[in-house]
Amino acid sequence: MTRADLIRDRLQAAFTPLALEVVDDSHRHAGHAGARPEGETHYSVYIVSAAFSGKSRLERHRMVNAELADQLTPDRIHALAITARTPDEPGQAGGARDPA
Amino acid sequence: MTDINAQIDNEVKSNDVVLFMKGTPDFPQCGFSGQVAQILGYLGVTYKGVNVLADAAVREGIKAYSNWPTIPQLYVKGEFIGGCDIVREMFQAGELQELFNGKGIAVKQEA
Repeated sequence: MTRADLIRDRLQAAFTPLALEVVDDSHRHAGHAGARPEGETHYSVYIVSAAFSGKSRLERHRMVNAELADQLTPDRIHALAITARTPDEPGQAGGARDPA
Repeated sequence: MTDINAQIDNEVKSNDVVLFMKGTPDFPQCGFSGQVAQILGYLGVTYKGVNVLADAAVREGIKAYSNWPTIPQLYVKGEFIGGCDIVREMFQAGELQELFNGKGIAVKQEA
């Protein structure tokens, strides 16, 4: 199982999202501090879930980070870009959806 | 409060706008830090950049201070605003400009 699979499984279980995309961007950061030769360091998450209703951006990010805390704090995941929306919010401004 | 926590707390409370980042405002060493520096520069906001790469204690300490696992981190008047994604989304929505205006921090007027 890749780390992207693990992120996907955790977020699927925690938020039962309507949409969930996890992209491994590690190759785009190759050679940069924090990148490792084996990759699996940089990720983008796009997630749409009713669980974010009534939550601020900060709260939503904290909810996602909390599910991945054991991956983030020992710096397994070096960077995690998050776009977290509710089903009734437009999704076009999402960083995770921007073309590479 | 530990020494490093007190040091960070002092930094955050004695400067109106503080960006904990990798590198400096002129020479960011990470794309995410660079995006936030670019947004603040575009808005013409005066801020203090703290280079976490220059001090390992600050680099780890800031994550505990805010309970936020990543860098950059933007603080305005002592309040933690967010990281790169949040700052960018707020900027795109015009909310960042409103936040600065509401807190009495000078922002360059757009044409």
